[in-house]
Amino acid sequence: MEHTIPEKHYLNEATGWKSWLMTLDHKRIGILYMIMVMFSFFLGGVFALLLRWELISPDKILMGPEMYNQAFSLHGIIMIFLFIIPSIPAILGNFVMPLMIGAKDVAFPRLNLASWYIYVIGFCFAVYALFTGGIDTGWTFYTPYSSETTTAVIPILTAAFVLGFSSIFTGLNFIVTIHKLRAPGMTWFQLPLFVWAIYATALIQVLATPVLGITLALLMLERVVGIGIFDPAMGGDPVLFQHFFWFYSHPAVYIMILPGMGIISELIATFSHRRIFGYKFIAFSSLGIAFTGFLVWGHHMFVSGQSDFAAVIFSFLTFFVGIPSGIKILNWMATMYKGSISLDTPMLWALSFLILFSIGGFTGIILGTLSIDVHLHDTYFVVSHFHYVMVGGTVMAIFGGLHYWWPKIWGRMYNETLARIAVVLIFVGFNVTFFVQFIMGTQGMPRRYATYLPQFQGMHGFSSIGALIMGVGFLLIAIYLIHAIFKGKPSGPNPWKALTMEWETPSPPRAGNFEGAQRLTHGPYDYDKVVPENALKQYKTL
Amino acid sequence: MDTTRSLFLPPQGSTVASDVDALFGFIFWISLFFFVGVTALTVYFCIKYKRKDGKGETTPYIESLALEITWIVIPTILLMVIFVWGFQDFIRMHIVPANSMEIKVTGQKWFWSFNYAEGATGVGELVVPVGQPVKLLMSSKDVIHSFFVPAFRIKMDVLPNRYTITWFEATMTGEFEIYCTEFCGKGHSEMWGTVKVLPKDEFAKWLEAGSGPGEGESMKEYGARMFVKNACNTCHSLDGSKNVGPTFQGLFGRREVMSDGTTITVDENYIRESILSPMAKQVVGYDPVMPTYQGILKDVDIDGLIAYIKSLEN
Repeated sequence: MEHTIPEKHYLNEATGWKSWLMTLDHKRIGILYMIMVMFSFFLGGVFALLLRWELISPDKILMGPEMYNQAFSLHGIIMIFLFIIPSIPAILGNFVMPLMIGAKDVAFPRLNLASWYIYVIGFCFAVYALFTGGIDTGWTFYTPYSSETTTAVIPILTAAFVLGFSSIFTGLNFIVTIHKLRAPGMTWFQLPLFVWAIYATALIQVLATPVLGITLALLMLERVVGIGIFDPAMGGDPVLFQHFFWFYSHPAVYIMILPGMGIISELIATFSHRRIFGYKFIAFSSLGIAFTGFLVWGHHMFVSGQSDFAAVIFSFLTFFVGIPSGIKILNWMATMYKGSISLDTPMLWALSFLILFSIGGFTGIILGTLSIDVHLHDTYFVVSHFHYVMVGGTVMAIFGGLHYWWPKIWGRMYNETLARIAVVLIFVGFNVTFFVQFIMGTQGMPRRYATYLPQFQGMHGFSSIGALIMGVGFLLIAIYLIHAIFKGKPSGPNPWKALTMEWETPSPPRAGNFEGAQRLTHGPYDYDKVVPENALKQYKTL
Repeated sequence: MDTTRSLFLPPQGSTVASDVDALFGFIFWISLFFFVGVTALTVYFCIKYKRKDGKGETTPYIESLALEITWIVIPTILLMVIFVWGFQDFIRMHIVPANSMEIKVTGQKWFWSFNYAEGATGVGELVVPVGQPVKLLMSSKDVIHSFFVPAFRIKMDVLPNRYTITWFEATMTGEFEIYCTEFCGKGHSEMWGTVKVLPKDEFAKWLEAGSGPGEGESMKEYGARMFVKNACNTCHSLDGSKNVGPTFQGLFGRREVMSDGTTITVDENYIRESILSPMAKQVVGYDPVMPTYQGILKDVDIDGLIAYIKSLEN
């Protein structure tokens, strides 16, 4: 069946740059975020490639140690604060979540636009820092190094501080939206699991981010006014900074991964055409992760000089944060059992997630174990572990999500062949880059090293080849996704034949999302009761 | 277990290393078992339940509380076993034996120095006897560093405002790498050192003999060794290039302009003064960041360094 693009949709109902910069439409704000966040991803990726290039040899290739320290700091700061934290909530959460619950928009559209502008201000501070001395503290800003270094600490801290508010506003907006704007008939247990994940994420954003803001503000006060809080030269305590920092930054890990898990739940259900197994277990495991995530920050500090007693408690609690993640993985697999599985591109991303995130989880158990973490802390094993979680988890999920909702966002489909090639490139490139880093880590290669002993050169070189493959893969994705926006084949309203509500509106949707009031007629995963067609609200009842 | 160790882990140089490795192996094999299971089942489902003829119907939904409980309870039990095991080893790694010998470790940008109760000092090289528990009392002179010996499976942050403690008992003689594993700035990745584990009698001799050139070693060669061991090389180049400090190439006899505008000729006394009181006379155009080696270097070390610098002509 041939599909056409509807005559009027949110992309052409208002025109001109002002209609974009002053827009209150959650879908357009999602796209504004997409432009900024993906540009940040590109920037962070360039720094990643520079790092891998430099590490091909222990001798200087492009950058001396000072430049290298700047490059790894910027890679981390850009990827964490400008890309991965806002990525899924701000882009897909914004675009899809209100559609999924049958709402016309988020609860506070003006706050939504404001949060984007705040993000842009934070972005500008980061770029300003980049051109006025850079930053060489790593994304962790550990004191007293960050109190002493002559690089642009204040602008970069301001950037992170400001970006925090953007994150808080988004979270607040989503909490209220999910509570108040669900379509009539949609109870909490009929919410798509992506919405549950976004909800759990929003709770962390609102509760944890202020602590980061306070910590960074204290650090700025110390540098500017000389109040001794963290710097021992002024009577402060550097380990206190680490506690404050990880009190935010550990829950922040779940800000990064929970929405990714939400996307995977949608992809697995849609492409298995199967009611999700253990819906309530998956939903509550998101809340469980959000809660437990607040209690484990000390596992970043087993060798920091915190008390052994504290270390033991934190290790104990850390194991409990692993269990909800395991529950999700097993429930996803059980969903596939006796399903009707189609391996379209988004599903390939989901399968990549399953495999890579599992490795990230298992190596997390190794790191949570007290005696082993003493050996592995601050080595490449940790670097590899968190890349398996952040890239193998979140990045696989966001690209799975983008490929899944691309036809909804633009009304057009990308080239499936190129898309499949890209998944394979990324999957292979990722493992080539990072698996070998586990071995380097266990053998003792410390992280954040501009140079290294000659025995590690072979593995570093191998890792760099993987980075290049990934770079090519992401470039390919950028090309065919952008091409699809203009030239892709019209996709129709429901190309994947899914049951969640965002597919009950034309692609791309109207400015107000739905024709008339949206009512819940079936659950998000009722594949055993109704079979959808790629047409507006057409279902075959079984 | 041995295969995982040779692939992943460095030699076992201390008493705790085999315990750490055993637990690593345990988790590794359990993880591998579950990982292969998850992956194989996923692939199997993708093939077995592949969508046919574009139809999307699936059989009615099954629910199984028993299954959910099973896959919550079994991992929880396994994780608790791992926790208790790791906890017990960790505590053993943190209780210093009463018969330990104590060595004071100082970290600073960007080298390690070691002070022995008997009065000996060492820079970059920690000399210890085999089969003897060694307690390290550690502190930093500037930012946070972290003391890591992979072969011993020990690591502990070194803080500027208080002491931290770790210990080890070496089980074999040889030389093992020390790394700094807390980012500390420009020279972080070259804040390397060596643990030299000697038989007990040789260690006793070393402690008495102290420093100085070895047999058949000239003062110049000894100085070259001191240049690397004391981390002079992290800030001073040998090829004429500008680094944190002035290059050593052609340094001896060079006329240098000081930060106060005076000019001096570099001679033996200027070098000695710059090592012991680096802030006294500084070459213009460089930051005042050179640490003092007062109490770290002995006269014989300085003599060696001077002999070495004299040999570095343009």
